[in-house]
Amino acid sequence: MNDLCLVPVGNIPAKALDWIENVVAEWFPMPIRRLPSVSIPAGAYDEKRKQYQSVEIMKMLAQSAPRDAARVLGITDVDLAIPMLSFLFGQAQFEGPIAVVSLCRLHQEFYGLPAQESLLRERTAKEVLHELGHTFGLVHCSEPTCAMSLATHIELVDSKAEQYCAHCGLQLVQRFSREVKV
Amino acid sequence: MKKNWPILVVDDEDVMCESMAAWLREDGYRVDTASNGKEAVQLACGSDYAICFVDLKMPGGMDGIETMMEIHRVRPDASIIIITAYATVDTAIQAMKEGAQEYIVKPCNPQEISMLVSRILKLKKLQSENAILRKKLTRQYRHHDIITKNPRMEEILALTQEVASLRSTVLIRGESGTGKELVARAVHFSGSRAEKPFIAVSCAALTETLLESELFGYEKGAFTGANGQAKGKFELADGGTIFLDEIGDISPKLQADLLRVLQERRFYRVGGSQEVEVDVRIIAATNKNLSDEVQQGKFREDLYYRLNVIEIRLPPLRERREDIPLLAEHFVQRISSELGKDVNGISAEALKLLIAYDWPGNVRELENVIERAIVTCHNGALDESDFSWLQHDGVMTQGWEVPDVSLGELERRAIVAALERKHGNVKEASTALGIDRSTLYDKLKRYEISH
Repeated sequence: MNDLCLVPVGNIPAKALDWIENVVAEWFPMPIRRLPSVSIPAGAYDEKRKQYQSVEIMKMLAQSAPRDAARVLGITDVDLAIPMLSFLFGQAQFEGPIAVVSLCRLHQEFYGLPAQESLLRERTAKEVLHELGHTFGLVHCSEPTCAMSLATHIELVDSKAEQYCAHCGLQLVQRFSREVKV
Repeated sequence: MKKNWPILVVDDEDVMCESMAAWLREDGYRVDTASNGKEAVQLACGSDYAICFVDLKMPGGMDGIETMMEIHRVRPDASIIIITAYATVDTAIQAMKEGAQEYIVKPCNPQEISMLVSRILKLKKLQSENAILRKKLTRQYRHHDIITKNPRMEEILALTQEVASLRSTVLIRGESGTGKELVARAVHFSGSRAEKPFIAVSCAALTETLLESELFGYEKGAFTGANGQAKGKFELADGGTIFLDEIGDISPKLQADLLRVLQERRFYRVGGSQEVEVDVRIIAATNKNLSDEVQQGKFREDLYYRLNVIEIRLPPLRERREDIPLLAEHFVQRISSELGKDVNGISAEALKLLIAYDWPGNVRELENVIERAIVTCHNGALDESDFSWLQHDGVMTQGWEVPDVSLGELERRAIVAALERKHGNVKEASTALGIDRSTLYDKLKRYEISH
């Protein structure tokens, strides 16, 4: 199977999952399967930091996802981190099947600003393209408008476009067609 | 590019190691991980890591500082970044004193770590470029690159090797274009100072006050426009060599200052009250006869003797005509490849012309003449016709009617004519005259020619 499994981790609004399906369908010609929501593993919560260790969530996704899935994309609303870094917008196994994106810091409300749905949709799409790009072996791009450029704060996410640059786009097509038989 | 700079992450916690490695891999780096100091050192033996992230606290076995020191022993160029928690910042500072390049407190902002890594790698790239350029320079200025089969020149080359490792001052005498700076570089790059800077200063190109601040630097407020402290060439050349070209042109005040540097190896910056001590070898050059200048009271005798510890006299090209074919061939090969032209040789007739010419501008003039010929040449080799302009320009010795004027007047006219031809452009005029720019400035001053 060449499916991409979309897994809500915790309670994710259907509307957000629809946005994600749309952007994935636009760039990755593979069947998308939306799986039932799974709960966040208890061991992922870091009491001291009031955040969730993304590595634990990725481990859980790897264990629970169908074995034949080509990619597993988890979507969560909790704040992700790893021991070394204070936060993450998302994380992916480099050239591997698992990726997770957090919507937590993509909300305007996180920064004390009024909610803005269109902006949240754009940011979500960019982060999904970014993490899925890593699963196909794309590294960070030096072109700031490319979805693969490294965003270390939300303003950098906003300065990206909802697409890959020509170079990354071409690499993605090559790697995708090599791996996934459409 | 990033794959050429492998990174090692050392931490006893797997989650920490793997998540950090995954994050760096997304940035395109080749990353290895080790769960203890021993494993880290083993990995470092086999891989030339650019950066090692080492956790300060690793229970059992080697701690972060010990691991860092062991990695440094096998990979002295690796940059170590100590990872620490808030509680152990004091120890991290201790680690910096022991040789760590940076420390980061975990958890840190992704931007912070991304900037830290790119800053260290930028520095490493510059260092490696610098090392490559230094090697190239050393190769370029080895004495083998001075092309000659003239016995006098060969003696001079042997002398440069003998004096290369001494600190004694060298005075190089020779007409413009004979390669005084090339010989100075050969002395520098053949000796123990080769890894340190070689700084060349043309004393004729600058006025007294400018030259003074150029050589000795200045303090903030020393003069209008001195907005901050600036190091002079002597300080920049510390550990290396300073080459003072056209030394015969410096003012009496600077002669006195220079004498003090030569005697005491220390000086004051302009406007400064603190002495600066330097270890600099001085190589001076002049196209004047300094002993005549001393006789006429224009040059301090004590300074002359201080400078003239080892004297190298470079013969003019007309006294080493056997080198003209060798040099011409060398310039043809080098210049045609630089200009991307397919010119591979020079005909015997053309060589005869070049050998007969007197070359007042010496090797530099020969180089310029060959370059001009290559630019206009349409064949695979230079022949007589490519140098016909050399005769028509009226500089060939044969068949040229000498005007009834003094030698100085002749020179003055040649300079004025060159400036006119080049529309007042001193750089181009100096190239056309086959002398360097500083010499031309000197002559403009001497003949009071405004340009």
